[in-house]
Amino acid sequence: MDILTLFIVVPVLTVIVLLFVNKLEKARLIALAGMIIQLIMSINLINEYMKARAAGDHAIMLFERNVPWYSDFNANYHIGVDGVSVLMILLTTLIVIAGIFVSWKIDYMPKEFFISLIVLASGVYGFFISLDLFTMFVFYEIAVIPMYLLIGIWGSGPREYAAMKLTLMLMGASALLLVSLFGIYYYSGTNGMEPTFDLMELANRKMDFAAQKIFYPLAFIGFGTIGALFPFHTWSPDGHASAPTAVSMLHAGVLMKLGGYGIFRFIMFLMPEGALFWQDFFLILAVTGVTYGAMAAIQQTDLKYINAYSSVSHLGLVLFALLMINKTAWNGAMLQSLSHGFITALFFALIGMIYGRTHVRDITKMTGMMRIVPFLGVAYVIAALANLGLPGFSGFVAEMNIFMGGFLNNDLYKQAMTVFAVSSIVVTAVYMLRLVGRMLYGPVTTVYTNLPKAFWYEKVAIGILVLFITLIGTLPFWWLQFIQESVDNFIKPLVH
Amino acid sequence: MNTFDYIYLVPLIPLLMFLFLGFTAKRIKEPISGYLGTAGLLAVFILSYYTAYRYFFVDGIVDGKFQQIRVMVKEGWIHFTDKLAIDIGIIIDPISVMMLVVVSTVSLMVHIYSLGYMHKDTGFSRFYAYLSLFTFSMLGLVLASNLFLIYIFWELVGVSSYLLIGFYFEKPSAVSASKKAFIVTRFADMFFLIGILMVGYFGQSFDFMTLNSDSTISMINSWIQNHQIFSFLGLSIFTYALIFVFIGGMGKSAMFPLHIWLPDAMEGPTPVSALIHAATMVVAGVYLVARLFPLYYHIEGGAALRFVAIVGTFSALFAAIIALTQEDIKRVLAFSTMSQIGYMMMALGVSGFDEHEGLGYMAGMFHLFTHAMFKALLFLVAGAVIHAVHSNFMDKMGGLHKHMPISSWTFLIAALAISGIPPFAGFFSKDEILTAAFEYNKVIWFVGFLVAGMTAFYMFRLYFRIFHHKNTEYEHPPHEAPWNMSFALIFLAVMTMAVGFISFSEYVSADLKPFHSHIHWGDPLVIGSILIALTGIGAAYLMYYKQTEYPAKVASGFGKVYHWTKNKFYMDELYLFVTHKIIFDKISKPIAWFDRNVIDGFMNLLGVTTENLSERIKFIQSGRLQDYAMYFVSGVVAIVMIIIYFR
Amino acid sequence: MIEGVSLFEILSLTTILFFIGVYGFLTRTNLIAMLMSLELMVNAEAVNFVAINKYLSPAILQGQVFSLFIIALAAAETALALAIILHLYRLTENIDVKEVKQLKY
Repeated sequence: MDILTLFIVVPVLTVIVLLFVNKLEKARLIALAGMIIQLIMSINLINEYMKARAAGDHAIMLFERNVPWYSDFNANYHIGVDGVSVLMILLTTLIVIAGIFVSWKIDYMPKEFFISLIVLASGVYGFFISLDLFTMFVFYEIAVIPMYLLIGIWGSGPREYAAMKLTLMLMGASALLLVSLFGIYYYSGTNGMEPTFDLMELANRKMDFAAQKIFYPLAFIGFGTIGALFPFHTWSPDGHASAPTAVSMLHAGVLMKLGGYGIFRFIMFLMPEGALFWQDFFLILAVTGVTYGAMAAIQQTDLKYINAYSSVSHLGLVLFALLMINKTAWNGAMLQSLSHGFITALFFALIGMIYGRTHVRDITKMTGMMRIVPFLGVAYVIAALANLGLPGFSGFVAEMNIFMGGFLNNDLYKQAMTVFAVSSIVVTAVYMLRLVGRMLYGPVTTVYTNLPKAFWYEKVAIGILVLFITLIGTLPFWWLQFIQESVDNFIKPLVH
Repeated sequence: MNTFDYIYLVPLIPLLMFLFLGFTAKRIKEPISGYLGTAGLLAVFILSYYTAYRYFFVDGIVDGKFQQIRVMVKEGWIHFTDKLAIDIGIIIDPISVMMLVVVSTVSLMVHIYSLGYMHKDTGFSRFYAYLSLFTFSMLGLVLASNLFLIYIFWELVGVSSYLLIGFYFEKPSAVSASKKAFIVTRFADMFFLIGILMVGYFGQSFDFMTLNSDSTISMINSWIQNHQIFSFLGLSIFTYALIFVFIGGMGKSAMFPLHIWLPDAMEGPTPVSALIHAATMVVAGVYLVARLFPLYYHIEGGAALRFVAIVGTFSALFAAIIALTQEDIKRVLAFSTMSQIGYMMMALGVSGFDEHEGLGYMAGMFHLFTHAMFKALLFLVAGAVIHAVHSNFMDKMGGLHKHMPISSWTFLIAALAISGIPPFAGFFSKDEILTAAFEYNKVIWFVGFLVAGMTAFYMFRLYFRIFHHKNTEYEHPPHEAPWNMSFALIFLAVMTMAVGFISFSEYVSADLKPFHSHIHWGDPLVIGSILIALTGIGAAYLMYYKQTEYPAKVASGFGKVYHWTKNKFYMDELYLFVTHKIIFDKISKPIAWFDRNVIDGFMNLLGVTTENLSERIKFIQSGRLQDYAMYFVSGVVAIVMIIIYFR
Repeated sequence: MIEGVSLFEILSLTTILFFIGVYGFLTRTNLIAMLMSLELMVNAEAVNFVAINKYLSPAILQGQVFSLFIIALAAAETALALAIILHLYRLTENIDVKEVKQLKY
C-alpha cells in the first residue's frame, strides 16, 4: 500500500475498530491511537517528501498513484502531494489530535462522536491528496456531511437549526461546484479528446475562455462558501456557535481551509483566464469580508460569535491573497491557512473549556477569569495576541506576506485594496483586547471562584496548538520552503 | 568583521530570561527571580558598555568616519521577493550603540530599583519576566538592521508595554489604560506598516544600509523629478510613505494627536513608567527618524522632515501647557516626557546633514541620551515618593524633604537638568537644540525657548510641592526608600551630572563623521536659555515654595483656558466620541445588524420560502390509502386516454 | 381452449372482474374488504395470463407459469397484508382506512 492511501485507510480502520467498543475510556484511546499513527505517518511523509526533493525530484506532485475507479466517466483515484498538501495533512492531524484531547470527557454517545469525527477527518485527508476532480468532490462531500450529525446531535443551543443551515448552505455551494466541475469535464473533451477529471491532464488542455467565464465564478463561490466568502458566510457564526468544541476546532481549523485550498489547487489553476477576468469583482467581496467581519466582531458578546466573525475576517485575507495573484501573496495565503487553522482551533478549544466550567459564553457575564483559571487565561491571551498578528506568532508572518504581496502588484487599485485590508489589524486588536479586558482581567466574579483548574488533557491540547503557532511564527522560512515550490508551480498559468 | 559577532547575545540573554521566568513564574519565589533578572541584565549591561568602548574607541572609526557594521543572524527569515526580505540582522553604528547604552543602563537601574519597589507583590516573578521581555524587544528594536525587523520589535515593545501597563490586571482602570495604549499605538502602527510597504515597494529593499545609501536616494529622487511615481497635493508618494512611517513613530512617541495613551499608561507600576514610558520605548519614534535620517533629509528636499519638525514643535508646546496644571505627579512627568520628545523631534526636523549642519541631529540624539537618564530618575523618585505616601496626588504631599533627603536631592538634580541649568546634562543638549532651531527657523526657536521656560516652571512646581510647600501630617510617617531603590537613584543622579560633559558630536553625527561643537558661553542664545530657565524656577519658587494664594489667582485669571488645559484640551473626550459614537455606534453596530438581519435574513428567507411552498402542497400526502389509489387509477386512466387519443 | 368460448368473452369477463376489484378497492373502507378487492384484481390478471397464452400462442407456457407465480405471490401478499392489518388493529382498534391516517406528511 502506498504512503498516501494509508492516510485514508488508517482512519477507516480506526472507525471499524471503534464500532466494537462502547465505553468512553476505550473509544477515546482507540481514536487517539489511530490519530497518533496518523501523526507518525504525517511526520514520515514530511521526511520522505524532503528526502525526495533533496534527491532532486522536481515533479509537481510526488508519490503519485493513479487507479481508475469509474471508467465510464474517466474518473480515476489519482493521488499525489506537494508541499502545501503535506503541511495541510500535518495541520489536520494535529487538530484532530487536539480535538480528541478536548473531547476527553465527552459523555453523550462517545463512540459515535469519535466515529463521526474520524470519518470527517478521513474525508479531509482524501481531499488534500486527490488530484482528480471527481475523487476530490467525493472526499469533499464525505468531509462535509458528518458535520450535520456532529452539530445536530452533540451541539448546543439551536443546534438543529444551525446544523441544517450549515449543511444546506454548504450543499448548495457544492451543487455550484459540481456544475462547474462538470463544465470543466465537458469542455476538456471538445477537441475530440476523451474528457477527463484528472488535474494534471486538464492543466495541459486549454479551456475555452467563454466557458471559463461562466464556470469560474460558480466554482469560486462553491469553494468560497466554505471559505467564508462574504456574503456567503452566514452559516459560520451559527454553525460554530452550536457545534461542540472539537467540531468547531476541526471545522474552523481545517474544513474552512478546503475553500482556499480548492481555489488554489483546482479552479485558479484550471481556469486562469477566468480568474483574471473575475479578479476585481471577487477582490471587492474578499476585502469587504475582511473589514466587515472584523467590524461585526466588535459588537458580539458571545465568545464563539466573536471568533466566528474573526474567522470571516481572517479567511477573507486568504481569499484576498489568492485573488492578488502573485507569489508573495499566495505564500501568505497558504501560511495564513495554516496559521488560522492553529489559532482558531486554539480559540475554540479554550472557549469550550471555559464554557464547560462556567456554562456561559457571554463575555459581559464573566470577569477576572485570569485569577480563576490562570492556565486557560494565559493561553487565551496568547491566542488573542497571535490572532491580532503579534510577531513571534504565526498570524504575523502570514499577514505580512499577504500585505506585502498585495502591495507588490503594480496597480493602484490593488494597492488601495491592500491598504484597506491592512486596516483590519487595528480592528482585530480592538475586539481581541476588548474581549481579554472584559473576560480575563478585572475583578474576580465571585460566582466562579471554585472552578477547577486546567486538566492535563486540556493542557496537552493547548500545548500542541501553541507550540505550532510559535513554530510557524519564529521559523517561517522552514514552512515557506514547502509552500513556495508548490505556489511556483501552481501560479504559472496565471502570471506571464 | 568578526569583532562584534557576540552582539546577538545582547538581546538573547533577556529573551532567555523571559522564557525561563515565564515558564517557572509560579515555582520561583520572590527575591530569586528578581536576582536572576537583574543578573541577566547586568551581563547585558557589561556587554553593552564593552561594545560601546570597542565601537567608539577601537574598531568603529575608519578613515575619519564611523562604520556601519551589520552582523547577520539569519538571512532571509522571510523572503518576499528576491530583493525584499526580512533578514534578522544587527546593525552597529553610532546611534544603535548609543541606544544600547541607554537601554541597558536604564533597564538595569529599573531592575535593581524594582527589587525594592515590587517587594511583596504577588506578581513579582511575572513582573521580572515582563521586564525581560521588554528589554529583549527594545534591544532588538535598536539593533535591528532591517526596516521590517524594526516593525517586528516595534510590535513586541508594544505588547510588553501592554502587559506592563495592565500589570495590576484586577484594576479596571489599568486594564482600560493598557487597552488604550495598545490600540492607539496599533492604529499608528497601521500607518507604519503601510509606510513600510510603500518604502519597500519603491526603495526595493528593507535593509537600512541599502535604503540609506546614496544610490537608492538618487534613484528615488530622479523618479520624483521625472514624475515617474505618483504624486498627490504636490508631494510624491514616497514622501507620504516617509510620513506614514513617521506616524508610526508618533504613536509610540506620543506625539500630538496620538499622545492620549501616554498619561493613562501611568497606571502601570512606576518603574515601568520610568523604563518604558520615559526613557526607552517612547523615544523609539525619534530613533526611527534618526535611523532613516538620510531618506528623510534627502528625499524631495526634506519635505517629510518638515512635517517632523512641525509635529515635534507643536507637541512640545502642547504638552508643556498641559503639564502646567496637572495634579497627578506621574501625569506631569508623562506630559513632560511628551514635551521633551517633541523637542527631540524638533531637533531632528531642523537638522541639516553634513558635519556642522547636522547639529540638530546630534543634539536630538544627545537630548535623547540625557533625557533618558534624568527622566528615568524623575520617575524613580516619583515612585519612591508614591511608595512612601501611597498617593499620586500633589495635594497629599508636601514637606517631604526632611523625611526623604536622598529622594529630594536626586529629584532636585534631575529637575535642574531638565530645566537646562548648567552644569547638569539637560543644559548641554537643550542648548544645542535651541541653537540648531535658531538657525533653521525663528518661530520654531521661539516656541522651543518658551517651552524651556515652562519646563523649568512645572518641574519646580512639582519639586516644591512634593518636597517643601507645606508640612503635611502623614498617617504613616514616610521613610526613605530601601537601599536598592536609593542605589538606582544615586547612580542615575551621578549619570545626570556626568553625561553632559561628553562631547557627543565626536561620536554621533548625521553623516557619521565626527565634528567638534562647543558651547559659546558668551552667546546671547546660551545666556537667554539659562535666563528663561531661571525665570521659570523663580516663578515656581514664588508661587509654590510656601503656600501662597498666587496659584489660585493665576488660575482664575486664565479662566476658561485654565480649565481647558486642566482637562488636557478634551482630547480624551474627542477620541471617545470618535471611537464609541462614530465607529462603534455608526459603523460597527449597523454592520452587525446588517449581517444578522439582511444577509442572514436572506438565507433564512430562502429556507422559509421553501418551507411555505411545501406547506402548500403537502395535503396531497393525506395518509389515506384510497386517495393514493385514486391518484394512481386516475393517472393510469389519463395515460390510457392520451395514448388512445393520439394513436 | 374451451369450445364455443372465444378469447373476447373471457377477456370481457376478466375486465369486468378487474374493475369490480378496482371499484371495491376505491370505495370500501374496511381493509379486509379492500384486500378482497385486491384479490379480485390479481385473479383477473391471472386468468388473463392463462387465457391469452392458451388462445394466442399455445406452443409456449410462459403465461401459465406466470399465473402460478401470481398465485404464489398473492398468497404471500395476503399473508403479509393480513399481518399488517392485525397489527394495525392492535395498535388502533380499527381497520377503517378513513380513520387510520397516521402515515401522512
